[in-house]
Amino acid sequence: MSAAGAAENLLALCQQEELVDLPKDYTVSTSEDEGDSDREWKHRKLLEAIRSLDGKSRWESAERSEAHLNMSEFNVSSEGIGDKLVLADLLQPSKASSSLAAVRKQLKRVQSKTVELPLCAEEVARIHREVAFSQTSQALSKWDPIVVKNRKAEQLAFPLQKEPGAFAPIEHVLRGWKARTALEEEIYNVLHKNKQPVLDPLLTPAEKASLKAMSLEEAKLRRAELQRARALQSYYEARARREKRIKSRKYRRAVKKGKAKKALRELEALGKVCPTAALGRETTGKARMMERLSLRHQDNGKRAKSRAVRARYDPAARQAMQEQWAKNKELVQKLQEPSESEEEEGGAEEVGLLVPDVSHRVPVNTHGPNPWMHRSCTSDAREAEIQKDPAQLPRHASCGGSEREEEESPVAEEEPLKEFEERPSLRKRAEPGQDAEPVGQQETQDPSSQEVLSELRALSLQLGKESHRLRKQRVDSVGAVLLVQDEKEPLLLQRPEGVRPLEELEALGLRGCLQNTGPPRCVFRGQQTERNPDTQPDAPRKKKRVRMIDLQDLLTTHSPGKSMAGPTVIEELEGEEERDERQMIKDAFAGDDVIRDFLDEKRAAVEANKPKDVDLMLPGWGEWGGVGLQPGARKRRRFLMKAPERPPRKDENLPNVVISEKRNICAAVHQVHALPFPFTHRQQFKRTIQTPAGSTWNTQRAFQKLTMPRVVTKPGHIITPLSAEDVGYRSSSRSDLSVVQRNPKPLSIRHKKWLKKSSVA
Amino acid sequence: METAPKPGGDAPPKKNKLQAKRKKPRRYWEEEETAPTPAGASPGPPHSKKRKQEFRPQRSKNTLIQKKSWISKKPQVSKKPREQRNPEPQRTLSGAQDPFPGPAPVPEEAALKFRRIDKSKKLLHSKSKTRSRLEVAEAEEKETSVRAARSELLLAEEPGFLEGEDGEDTAKIRQADIVEAVDIASAAKHFDLNLRQFGPYRLNYSQTGRHLAFGGRRGHVAALDWVTKKLMCEINVMEAVRDIRFLHSEALIAVAQNRWLHIYDNQGIELHCIRRCDRITRLEFLPFHFLLATASETGFLTYLDVSVGKIVTALNARAGRLDVMTQNPYNAVIHLGHSNGTVSLWSPAVKEPLAKILCHRGAVRTVAVDSTGTYMATSALDHQLKIFDLRGTFQPLSARTLPKGAGYLAFSQRGLLAAGMGDVVNVWAGQGKGSLPSLEQPYLTHRLSGHVHSLQFCPFEDVLGVGHSGGITSMLVPGAAEPNFDGLENNPYRSRKQRQEWEVKALLEKVPAELICLDPRALAEVDVVTLEQEKKERMERLGYDPEAKAPFQPKPKQKGRSSTASLVKRKRKVMDEEHRDKVRQSLEQQQEQQKQEKTKPTGTWPSALDRFVR
Repeated sequence: MSAAGAAENLLALCQQEELVDLPKDYTVSTSEDEGDSDREWKHRKLLEAIRSLDGKSRWESAERSEAHLNMSEFNVSSEGIGDKLVLADLLQPSKASSSLAAVRKQLKRVQSKTVELPLCAEEVARIHREVAFSQTSQALSKWDPIVVKNRKAEQLAFPLQKEPGAFAPIEHVLRGWKARTALEEEIYNVLHKNKQPVLDPLLTPAEKASLKAMSLEEAKLRRAELQRARALQSYYEARARREKRIKSRKYRRAVKKGKAKKALRELEALGKVCPTAALGRETTGKARMMERLSLRHQDNGKRAKSRAVRARYDPAARQAMQEQWAKNKELVQKLQEPSESEEEEGGAEEVGLLVPDVSHRVPVNTHGPNPWMHRSCTSDAREAEIQKDPAQLPRHASCGGSEREEEESPVAEEEPLKEFEERPSLRKRAEPGQDAEPVGQQETQDPSSQEVLSELRALSLQLGKESHRLRKQRVDSVGAVLLVQDEKEPLLLQRPEGVRPLEELEALGLRGCLQNTGPPRCVFRGQQTERNPDTQPDAPRKKKRVRMIDLQDLLTTHSPGKSMAGPTVIEELEGEEERDERQMIKDAFAGDDVIRDFLDEKRAAVEANKPKDVDLMLPGWGEWGGVGLQPGARKRRRFLMKAPERPPRKDENLPNVVISEKRNICAAVHQVHALPFPFTHRQQFKRTIQTPAGSTWNTQRAFQKLTMPRVVTKPGHIITPLSAEDVGYRSSSRSDLSVVQRNPKPLSIRHKKWLKKSSVA
Repeated sequence: METAPKPGGDAPPKKNKLQAKRKKPRRYWEEEETAPTPAGASPGPPHSKKRKQEFRPQRSKNTLIQKKSWISKKPQVSKKPREQRNPEPQRTLSGAQDPFPGPAPVPEEAALKFRRIDKSKKLLHSKSKTRSRLEVAEAEEKETSVRAARSELLLAEEPGFLEGEDGEDTAKIRQADIVEAVDIASAAKHFDLNLRQFGPYRLNYSQTGRHLAFGGRRGHVAALDWVTKKLMCEINVMEAVRDIRFLHSEALIAVAQNRWLHIYDNQGIELHCIRRCDRITRLEFLPFHFLLATASETGFLTYLDVSVGKIVTALNARAGRLDVMTQNPYNAVIHLGHSNGTVSLWSPAVKEPLAKILCHRGAVRTVAVDSTGTYMATSALDHQLKIFDLRGTFQPLSARTLPKGAGYLAFSQRGLLAAGMGDVVNVWAGQGKGSLPSLEQPYLTHRLSGHVHSLQFCPFEDVLGVGHSGGITSMLVPGAAEPNFDGLENNPYRSRKQRQEWEVKALLEKVPAELICLDPRALAEVDVVTLEQEKKERMERLGYDPEAKAPFQPKPKQKGRSSTASLVKRKRKVMDEEHRDKVRQSLEQQQEQQKQEKTKPTGTWPSALDRFVR
């Protein structure tokens, strides 16, 4: 644009010149001098115009050529401002001299950049502050390891000692000491004769010094070694990285093969050491898998088929085929692990045999809810058992419908039934509950078996009398077998006798032998049904319950055997009076039901402790259609606030225990309830407080060590702050913080740069 | 003197070469050797070299032994600075070497017994600071356990035993035979006091086992040093005596009389009559808490602090008359037996029973707990004797029926179980200390002249004291008591001065009553409920969770990589990664749960008391 302007200017000038031409001629004639100056002026104008053609408008500084009288300061024209004063020009001597060239160059460089405006004071202060901070923190960071060490130290003794000198050997201590007594001299003489060192220190000064320090050369060597190790490691890493990136399939295959080979070799080595471990290794399993998946040795290929054809005539081909097959078999064959079940069974049997022979036994088969009945009941049952067991054992295999067995089997059954008759109160209590059905069953079962039972009872009485005679000769082995079988039985799987269905009762003849071998279990109807009222309807819940320990079992454990304690033998007492006693006790405990009470209590405790759901439904909601409408299940669910689930009770699986879930608030006061600093989780902190520190639990030394004070100060000593010399810095005074504060270093180049940047911003 | 340790980690394969190349470093002190060495013979450089060579094998041997003997796998954290600085073994003048250098070796199993840090739970990844703290704690535990194991050597006494000749039943051995066989001092410990006049006797040994107090039903109260048979006092309180018990020392005797509880001193002078405790049937003294627990006919369990004379709590057991009581010496919990076959466990800090165990179908007649707090023996009207596991499961471990049922039970310090049945006392023994007594075969039996009314094993003596209707019998039961006593705790031979000193110390170390709970190590736990509550409150106060992890903020990057899209992408990446981690963790948890469910029915608990941990 400026060029166009200049061109216009030039044009105008030309026109002016033309216009002026006429008067020029005229004026030329008028005055020679004037015309001369005019031309000069014009010429200059022209030159100017031409010069301005190159785009830059240059204004020549107006020079004052003549002196003026009143030189006001305002009068200085601003013309020529575009021309800068070049400092180098000032230096320019009249004659060019090379010696000043360097100076000029320097000046030029200095002059090349403009000097910025100085920053405001606050900025400068801020920058200074930041720099001082970074420097100080750098200086202080040097102390970090010492601070950390001191913080971690078990004990700090102030004033801090410098490096304690090497441990003075006894020889040093003894240097001043001289043998005085005769004995001592004698000893010294002996030592001298045997050329044992007497007074010379064990350590040469060299060794001592070496204890203290590491030589420079050594340090260098060590450093070099470390560097080398580092370098090697970095090479290795780089190589590994490179190898990881290789995409070549061929390479990968080679690597895989190598790995497999290596694994195989290892396996072989392992097989030599311990074959059993090798068997379980996965590698073989993998090979087998591969083989099973692939068709490699299956003789399915073209070549294999042709070979199969040839095999009929060519023994070599046959051989090869067989080899192939063998290989396939070998690879595919599954490794058999030695089964343990067989051994266990054997062991169990052995245990059965090993059960100690006990001279006398009290098989406690408690038949009723009342513990008082145990002795009397058991006596009957036992008698029956004893009667039939020896007879039964040989007949065990053929447990057909022989008369005798049928008669005997219900003997075990008889007891609960007898009781059932005798205790109407119990039955009444049991009936109103959820267990109406089983009880009904029971009742249906009753009349059918009633006549049989009356017969049986008479029989059992007979048997009882017989057994009374036979009691002395008891069969031990039977007892042992009983015990073992009892242990094998699952806990709740045994069916409660009270709820036995009818057809099963008929089949009791068959079941008899089984029942007799296992000791009759104490189960009584009321509780049994009460205990798991909802087990019958749904099977899954029953399964869940199976794991629970049977309360019945707990309370009627079978005594390991009775070897009469001491001189008193009370067994003889049993007899006729026993019956009376039994009757009496039965009367006394007529509605006594300990277990059910306990279970009720437990249920109540569980209920009381359970968080309750909150129903937010208000009366009348959803009843706009009429009174008495039941709001929908969805709506009800929406307004039911479920209580958060508690963790499972501690006594969930313990039927005979109620453990209070109440927190001991008084003890909680003494417990720690805040985590100290470095710990983030209570498990971590718990570990540090589990070791008791008191002298009751520890030896004296351990106690002293555990209760050692963290800081020990020597009385009467000045505790000076930590100095560099104390901690083994042979650093100069410059590293000290104080030095930094006294004379802050001049700003470094980096800081200057940063300063500038910030100022620009 | 190789100050330069070998470079760690992957050693360069050309190490040998490197070493070969390495010239022997010239040490700066080597110039010194030209200078005259101070005093004595001057050892030249060759001389010193020789000595060094002599040294080498010794040192290597030393280190080997140390490695073998010291059980620690990790380097010991707390090493004395001197040891570190001076690894060179000091040579003595004579040149003799210690044949057993280093500390005495301790078998791992012995030390394991004293380990108390529960490592069953895995810790999350922790910061280095925390880790160092944990390491210190573990090292401390290890060291203290090793020290404790080493000091076991000082327990020199061995328990007594009774062995029948091959096949002989030890139960057949009568007291007279035992008395004949043992030395005179032990034989003197078997004696009978014929006191037919004042009815069945209750007896009690003092904590040290030196003194014996007994009270007859008809008011006869006496205390004596039973070893020397020196009578301390003998009075008749002219009232029925239900129970008698020594307080913390033999100087004070608590007697439960017909109406109130009385306290006498060893001269027989009545010091207190505590009327708030009326109609007491049983007494039990908790020595570390200075609590006298009383069970009354009215059904109250009252705790009386005998150090300050205040009743701490009176708990209503709501189970009728209480006349079966015992204490668990392990955790000071009181066990009460009830007529409905249950045994309830009580602590003064909780108003309800800590646990209630249904043990029998008849009324419980007697309860006893062994000194380790592991087993509880109960006997009831159903003539059964059962031993329960108290370590959380409360299941019967063994049981047997006794012809008459046991009326009284007592555990000895080493776990022998004595039962009084009528006028017979049976003792059953286990395999060793703290093991379950096997009820198959009695260890000893003895018939007394009257019906048993009280049983107690004497501490630190192989003696079983039986109070019966015919007086007192002191039976010899070999192997019943702990042979080594702690002289600072329960010293049977202490003088009066020592007793006073001990009394002061024991009072200073009195355990607050509220600390009684099922798990006595509850103090080493963190109170989680309060912790959570405080955390919640703090969060509410601040309005944010101060411990929450700050959300990921991507770092600004240059050259146009810090565009919004890329920032979001990076954020998303991190979020996804976190989410994946969470899912992975939850999956793992599920799998673990399934595994646990599978293994649960067969497996036992990792630690019995784990069920109390929440």
